[in-house]
Amino acid sequence: MPVIRTGEVILSAEGIYKQYPGTLALNNVDFKIYKGKVNVLVGENGAGKSTLMKILAGVEDPSAGKIYLNGREIQITSPTEAAEHGIGIIYQEMNLFPNLNVSENIFITREKTDKTGRIDSSYQDNYTRGLMEKLHQNIDPQALVSSLRIGQQQIVEIAKALSQETEILIMDEPTSALSTAEVEILFNIIDELKTHGVAIIYISHRLEELLQIGDHITILRDGKKVAEKEIESINLEWIVRQMVGGDEKEVFYDENHTIGDVVLECRHIFLPHESGSFAVNDVSFTLRQGEILGIYGLMGAGRSELLETLMGVHPEASGEIFINGKKIRSTRIGERIRDGFALIPEDRQREGLVKTMSVLENMTLASLFRLAKNGVHLKRSTEESEVQRLIREMSLKTAGTEVLVSSLSGGNQQKVVIGKSLLTQPKILLMDEPTRGIDVAAKGEVFSIMNKLVQKGFSIIFVTSELMELRAISDRILVMSKGCITGSFLKHEASEEALVKASAVGHLTTNQRTK
Amino acid sequence: MKPKKTKLKLVKDKNVSLGMVLMQARTFIALFVLTIAFTILLSDKGINFLSPINLVTITKHVAITALLGIGMTFVILTGGIDLSVGSIVGICGMVAGGLIHRGVVLPMFGVTIYYNVWVIVLITAVIGMLIGLINGIVITRFNVAPFIGTLGMMYIARGFANILSGGSTFPNLQGDPALNNTGFEFIGAGKIFAIPVSIWILLVILIISIYVAKKTPLGRYVYAIGGNEDAAKLSGIRVKKITTLVYAFSGFCSALVGIIIASQLVAAHPATGETYELSAIAAVVLGGTSLSGGIGTVGGTIIGAFVIGVLADGLVMMGVSEFWQNVIKGMVIIAAVIFDQLQQRMKAKAAVATITAEKESA
Repeated sequence: MPVIRTGEVILSAEGIYKQYPGTLALNNVDFKIYKGKVNVLVGENGAGKSTLMKILAGVEDPSAGKIYLNGREIQITSPTEAAEHGIGIIYQEMNLFPNLNVSENIFITREKTDKTGRIDSSYQDNYTRGLMEKLHQNIDPQALVSSLRIGQQQIVEIAKALSQETEILIMDEPTSALSTAEVEILFNIIDELKTHGVAIIYISHRLEELLQIGDHITILRDGKKVAEKEIESINLEWIVRQMVGGDEKEVFYDENHTIGDVVLECRHIFLPHESGSFAVNDVSFTLRQGEILGIYGLMGAGRSELLETLMGVHPEASGEIFINGKKIRSTRIGERIRDGFALIPEDRQREGLVKTMSVLENMTLASLFRLAKNGVHLKRSTEESEVQRLIREMSLKTAGTEVLVSSLSGGNQQKVVIGKSLLTQPKILLMDEPTRGIDVAAKGEVFSIMNKLVQKGFSIIFVTSELMELRAISDRILVMSKGCITGSFLKHEASEEALVKASAVGHLTTNQRTK
Repeated sequence: MKPKKTKLKLVKDKNVSLGMVLMQARTFIALFVLTIAFTILLSDKGINFLSPINLVTITKHVAITALLGIGMTFVILTGGIDLSVGSIVGICGMVAGGLIHRGVVLPMFGVTIYYNVWVIVLITAVIGMLIGLINGIVITRFNVAPFIGTLGMMYIARGFANILSGGSTFPNLQGDPALNNTGFEFIGAGKIFAIPVSIWILLVILIISIYVAKKTPLGRYVYAIGGNEDAAKLSGIRVKKITTLVYAFSGFCSALVGIIIASQLVAAHPATGETYELSAIAAVVLGGTSLSGGIGTVGGTIIGAFVIGVLADGLVMMGVSEFWQNVIKGMVIIAAVIFDQLQQRMKAKAAVATITAEKESA
C-alpha cells in the first residue's frame, strides 16, 4: 500500500444535475470527498442526498455533470463499476442474507472456489476472521447473520465493503437502528477506517452525532448545495439554520400545559421472555393527564415491550392496569383501543401502515368500530370529514385522501400513523420512537403535535433513544434497563450523565460479576 | 392548501397516460375483444353468439366459476389460497344428493328420515361452511400454510365424497312426492323472470360481496390483513377470526355450487368439481387480484370468470378440440399476469414521479 496522505480530495462531483419527470432533484451540485476523512452530507428529506448517493453508487445516471476520481474523469454507470472504482455503499436497509453465515455474506457473488468449482469455505472464513480482527470485532465468520444483533450486522456490511477494497464508503443513516453502545463501536470502526485512508461519506439525521464524528460537512437544500464547511468551525444551530433555510425553527418544548390527575396506573407489570427471564420485570408507574412521560433505555431494555404490554399485544403478560382508577380487564388489542390506549409503533412500515391502502383507509383502520353506522355500514363522507380534519390539524401533505400511503414522504407517513391513533379517540398515546428516520423539520412538527395533544388533555408515554429530544420534551423521565425501571427523574433534574448511568444499571453489575 | 392540490393533480394527470388506463381495464378489454371475435367467427357458421339464449347459457356456465371465484377473492385478498373448493363442491353435491336419494337412515329405530328440499339445501350450505371453517381453524390456530392446509382438505373432502356413495352416483334427484322431497331440480333448471335461478344466486352473492368488500369494516379488515398483517393486528383487528370467516365463506360458496351442479344434472357424482379450484383461482388472477394479498376486487373476478367462460364456450362452438382449449386457456392466464407485472411497473414509475413532484413543491 502506498503512503496514505489524508486530506486530499479523492472524489469530486462537479455541477451535477438530475432531472426526474416533473422535478429537478439535483441542481448544479458540487461535492468534494476528502481522503481519510468523514465527509458528512446533510439535508432534509427530499433535499437530494439519496439521489446524489445513488449517482455516486452507479444506481442512477446524472442528467449533467462530471465526476472525478483522483483528478481523472470517470463514468459510473452501474454498481459494479462503482465497486471497481472503490466506491462502496451501506444502505439504510440492510442488504444481507439472514439465512447465510457471515463469511458467505461477505463473499456473496465473489465466492472463492477451487479448481472443481467447490467453495473454499476455510479460505473465506480465515479471510473474514482477518477482517474482523482488523475491525477489532469478535464476530464468528460461521455465525448466521440472522443470529447477530443489528449493530453486528452493520459491522458485517462494513466488512463486506472493505473486502472489496473500498476506498470510498457511503454510509446512509448507519446509526438509526443502533443502541448507544453500538454507536460507540461504529465510531471506533470509522476512526480505524480513517487511519487506513478510507474516505467516508456519512449521512444522518442525528445532528449531534455529525458534530462528534464528522470532519467536513456539505449541506443540501431543495436540490442545491447551500454550504460546505469544516465541522470544527460550526455548531448545531448553524446546521439546522442551513438545512431549514432562514432562522432556526422554534421546536420542542412548550411549558404551557397543565398536568392533571392520575390517568393511568400500572402495578407490577411482568412480561416473560423466551430466555426464561423477564422482558418487563415488575414495572410500576403512574401517568397523569396532560403529561409527557419519556422512557429512556438501551436497545433491549424492555421499553417497546412495556408499551406493547399496555396495548394488549402480549396476552401472557401479568400485572394490574388502572385507567382513571378503574381496573382494566380486557386482554385484546381491539378492547385496549376502546379502553383508551393507542400505540404508534416503532417500525411504521412494518407495524403502522398498510402500504396497499390509501391514506384515508390507513387513518380510519383502527376506528372503524366507531365510524361504521351500527358497526356495519361505512359512510364515505363520515370517514372523509374525520380524516380531512386531522390532515388540516397536522398539516399533513398529501395529494388527497385517496392516494396510496406509500407515496408519502417518511414524515407524512408518520403523521398518518399518528392520525390513525388519534382517530380512535384515545386517552393515552404510546409513542415508540416517533421521530426515527424523519428529518429535522418533520421531527419539529411531530413534537409540536405532541405539545398540542397534551394541551388538549391527552397523556403521552414516549420512548426514545435520543437524549436531547427526551430531555427537551418530557415532563418526567423513566429509565429502563433489563426490564426494570432503574431511574425516575423530573424534567429539570435529568442530566445526561444521570440518565446514561441509570440506563446501564443491569449491564454494569453483570460486567463486574464476570470480572 | 388549495393551489398545492391542483398542482399535484396536474403532475399526476400527466403520468396517468392512456396506456395506464388501457392496462387497468385490460381484462375488460380482453372480454370485449373475445366476444367480438367469436361473434364474427361464428357468424360464418351461421351461429349468433350474441343471441339471448346463448348469452344466458354462457352466464349459467360462468356462474359456477364466478361463485367459487367470489369466495376465492376474499381468501386471496387476505394473502391465502383455497385449494379445497373443488372438493367441497363434490362433497356438498353428494351430501345433497344422498339426503334426497337415500335420506338419513337410523338403523336402531328402523326408520329413514327424508327432509324437505329446502332443509337439505340449508344443511348442505352449512356443511360447506363448516368445512371452510375447519380450513380457517387449521390455518390460523395451528399455523399451517394455507396452501398445505387446503391441499390436505382437498384430499379429505374428495375422499369423503366417494365414501358417501362408495364411489357411485346418486341418480334421480327429482325426489318422490310421497316423501315430500321434490323440487330439487328447480335450482338448476328453474327460472325467475326468465332468468335461471343459478344466475339469481350469483347476483345475490355478488351484491352482498361487493357491499361487504367496499362498505363494511369487515371488508376493510380483509384488505388490511392481506396488505400488512402486523399493522392489522395492531389496529385491533382480530386477524385470526376474520381469516377463519373468509375460509368459511369460501366453503359456503363452494356448497352453493355443489347444490347447483347436482340440481342441474339431477344427479350427484363424487368426482364433480375436480380442478374447479384452478378455474376459480384463474378468474381471480385475471380479475387483477394480487396473489400476495391486499389488492383486488370482487367485480374484477366476475370479469375474469366471464373471460374464462366466453373463451371456453366460444372455443367449443368453434369446434376447437378440448386439448387446444386447455393450451389457449393457459396462455391467457399467463398473459394476464405478464400484463399485471407491466402495469405494476408503470404504476411504480408514476408513483416515483408523484413523490419527487411532491418533494419539489414541498
